[in-house]
Amino acid sequence: MSVNASLQSSGFTHELGAHNRRTRLVTRLAMLLDPLFFLLTLACAASIVAITVLLVHQLYVHSVESRNALGWNFLIGQNWDPVAGDFGALPFIFGTIVTSIIALLIAAPLGIATAVFLAEMAPPRLSRLMAFLIDLLAAVPSVIYGLLGIFLLAPFLTKVVVPPLQKALGFLPIFSGPFYGVSLFTACIVLAVMVVPFIVSISREVLLSVPRDQREASFALAATHWETVWRVVLPQARRGIYASVFLALARALGETMAVTMVIGNTPQIAKSLFAPGYTIAAVVANEFTEATGDLYLSALIELGLVLFVVTIVINGLSRLLIHATTGGHDHHG
Amino acid sequence: MARLALRKSVNAVMFSLTFLCTVACLGVLFFILGYLFWNGGRDLNWNFFTKLPAPVGESGGGMANAIVGSGKLLLIASAIGLPIGILGGIYLAEYRGKTFPFIVRYATDLLNGVPSIIIGIFAYTLIVLKVKHFSAWAGGFALGIMMIPIALRSTEEFLRQVPSSLREASLALGATQWQMILTAVVPAALRGIVAGIMLDLARVAGETAPLLFTSFGNRFWSEGFDKPTASLPVMIFTYAIGPYEDWHRQAWAAAFVLLAMVFFFNLAARGVMSWRRAQT
Repeated sequence: MSVNASLQSSGFTHELGAHNRRTRLVTRLAMLLDPLFFLLTLACAASIVAITVLLVHQLYVHSVESRNALGWNFLIGQNWDPVAGDFGALPFIFGTIVTSIIALLIAAPLGIATAVFLAEMAPPRLSRLMAFLIDLLAAVPSVIYGLLGIFLLAPFLTKVVVPPLQKALGFLPIFSGPFYGVSLFTACIVLAVMVVPFIVSISREVLLSVPRDQREASFALAATHWETVWRVVLPQARRGIYASVFLALARALGETMAVTMVIGNTPQIAKSLFAPGYTIAAVVANEFTEATGDLYLSALIELGLVLFVVTIVINGLSRLLIHATTGGHDHHG
Repeated sequence: MARLALRKSVNAVMFSLTFLCTVACLGVLFFILGYLFWNGGRDLNWNFFTKLPAPVGESGGGMANAIVGSGKLLLIASAIGLPIGILGGIYLAEYRGKTFPFIVRYATDLLNGVPSIIIGIFAYTLIVLKVKHFSAWAGGFALGIMMIPIALRSTEEFLRQVPSSLREASLALGATQWQMILTAVVPAALRGIVAGIMLDLARVAGETAPLLFTSFGNRFWSEGFDKPTASLPVMIFTYAIGPYEDWHRQAWAAAFVLLAMVFFFNLAARGVMSWRRAQT
């Protein structure tokens, strides 16, 4: 009683009360902010979905003119002549597919073999260091690959690679005709160099994730190291490796700058790899700012839509494969 | 016995082949780097950083406006892409849900796979068509959208690695959920998030395609953010396909600077990761 009284007279409880009130206010404020913070993060997450939907919507809406005017002829037309109002996308589709496929035919064996070496033979420290260096290779901007393509690769191919190739295999249509440095062939090589890092990086991860006891069981059956890799490890990692190749394919299809700089930018369907060509991404990059007239612009946007659909389908396939390999455990760090 | 010898030689031959492939891959890397640093470094001088581009046809001049322009674009891109990406990542990692997080992840993957030139078309139809002129806003917007997926994925991944005991301890001390996230979980995952931001910047710093018809280019200083703006990658492109010898030399110098920037961000990301780990 007397203690209480003396406390009261000193004003301590009064202060305590004020302190309590303040704490309660802060707590209530903090609790009030809780749903707000949740809503903020939710809004950000939702905006990503909104942006994606809007992206598809914009591509669709702004290509309406070309779709109405040209219909399916757009995809099978071989003549691209904006001045005459003639828009056939086949040369670009042809160039895109041919360069990407050939680039992958070069890059996939090279990349997978490198991944096998890094995962199976190289000491772990060395393997990690090399993986880092290869990731750096993936980080080089594509415009720099284009620069190297113009000033380094094109002269090199013209002087060193193409003459003997033409001498030996020139009777084949795909190696016939004159070579001026810029061509489908040059674009294929540049693309191959650009996508190798993706294949190495993902394939190495997948190979390393194959359980150790699988290898040991194979060794216990007296298999050599290569037989183990070929018959046990690679089959197990098969899907992940396919996924890496699909991912690389999607990259190659959408690659713009490096290809624009070395492919020669000629809308034609040539028999020879040494002839110049054109790709979807390259024509959009080159002609977009100078597109006069709504139909021209709309045709270019429709090209973008075609490219979008193709890359999305291929990306989706690769993601399905990765999902199937890792059993859906996407977050293993 | 002969069979065993055969098998062993197949083993040796095949692994030698994989070794050769590795040497080829890394050889290309070192060759590219060596060539760029040798060729670009040679043409780099002080004028490059301080002068405007010389009038077309004259030699000399620099790319000061493109360096500043690239900085502006990255600033806008970060202001758009990082908050959305990081907060979205927090949502995916910290709040429960089933269908909606799946949709968000799906949209993020989709966005990540979209070729950059298409992001450029998107920014063009959305901004340039409306305001009828090229601007740093449009270019920064395009780059910002490209930054979202990586920022989101890396934030989510590193938040998930924070042990739940830390969350429980924070809640037990009376923190509300947002206090827990911002004062306990995010700081614990900070180095991962910062490294993710660095890699994100490295990725968009070299992007050219989405800038061609959004921020366009400019041979002079562009005031504010509403004018056509020069950027290093677009300058490299323009100069590389241009007809002048001097332009080509400057393109190499610009490539050197751009590559140094990209590698700096990459190495910084690695540095951030190992630095904090050594401390704890």
